Amino acid sequence: MHNIPELGTIWVYLAASPLLGLTLTLCAYVSAFWLYGRFKFSPLANPVAISIALIIVVLKSTGMSYRDYFSGAQFVHFLLGPATVALAIPLARQLPRLRRSFFPIICGLFSGSITAIISAVTITVLMGGSYQLAVSIGPKSATTPIAMAVSEKLGGLPALTAVLVICTGIFGAVIARFLFNWMRVGSHELRGFALGVTSHGIGTARAFQVSPEMGAFAGLGMGMNGVLTAFLAPWLIPIAVNYLSPFISP
Amino acid sequence: MLATFATLLIFQCLGEGMTFALSLPIPGPVVGMLLLFVALVISPSLLERIEETGSELLRHLSLLFVPAGVGIIVSAATVRGHWLAVIASVIVSTILTLAVTAGVMRLTMPRQVGKSSASAEPKKENDHA
Repeated sequence: MHNIPELGTIWVYLAASPLLGLTLTLCAYVSAFWLYGRFKFSPLANPVAISIALIIVVLKSTGMSYRDYFSGAQFVHFLLGPATVALAIPLARQLPRLRRSFFPIICGLFSGSITAIISAVTITVLMGGSYQLAVSIGPKSATTPIAMAVSEKLGGLPALTAVLVICTGIFGAVIARFLFNWMRVGSHELRGFALGVTSHGIGTARAFQVSPEMGAFAGLGMGMNGVLTAFLAPWLIPIAVNYLSPFISP
Repeated sequence: MLATFATLLIFQCLGEGMTFALSLPIPGPVVGMLLLFVALVISPSLLERIEETGSELLRHLSLLFVPAGVGIIVSAATVRGHWLAVIASVIVSTILTLAVTAGVMRLTMPRQVGKSSASAEPKKENDHA
């Protein structure tokens, strides 16, 4: 009996293996999803935001580092790749509807993508942000891997970009229903597509919880905006920054 | 389930391989998605086979963003002194993007389609979401 090490030692042992980070991620998400259900799937109880908050509380209170946590959580993170590929499935299902709405989709995509990049850069610069900060926030509506690549290419901070992308995703998923109700946009096609363009995968995840049709359009919006941002941002951001140069703080 | 997963990974590999070989600015998984989309349109039987597991994976898409999101504790230091600019930018730009995208789509949507779906669907949205 006296050979059993104390609890702290067991924790240190477990924290050194990837098991703990992975377990923590899944437990936090299951709890957050349970809460989300308790709140009748209100967008305000966004499960991504709640999971992140729960995990940060655990990390802060146990002194576990993000690196140790991520050594386990990376197995979940890795699935983002195959999940992105899987978005082709609902897209293929909705092909007839996509064909019918092709023109509005292209118009919405271009206007949304350009609005996202220009407005983010402009506001950041006008409020005293540096060039590096403006570049890091510019591609925030694109899906995480694309946004990080764009940010890195232009001299931003890819890790910061990843966090801002996720904040944009969560905020868009939370606010969309209220905004669309106010704008009287009822169609699931429009709601889904705009949510995907703005809030990438997190908006898409939210859309799938509402209806498969809304999810498919969100997946389409996310995929198309990811590709478009990858092409547009590298020349739009320098143009915007150049135009705003008198306001940029060193 | 395994066959679906293998299919997804094969297309991801194809996508990653293509972006590397042609040095495309687009990430591999997005190219993989486009390739799989083409494959599914050409072969509806492949769609039947992978649909169930694929949709199950997408139902839990939210979970996959959690690990990167926790990274906020690491990047908090880099934003020091500029919190207000970052928060205002994310909030205003996100609202603008949602509104502009949906607004422009509604303007360009053929009248009949926009009308029929607008009248049929808001009810569903209210009791579901």
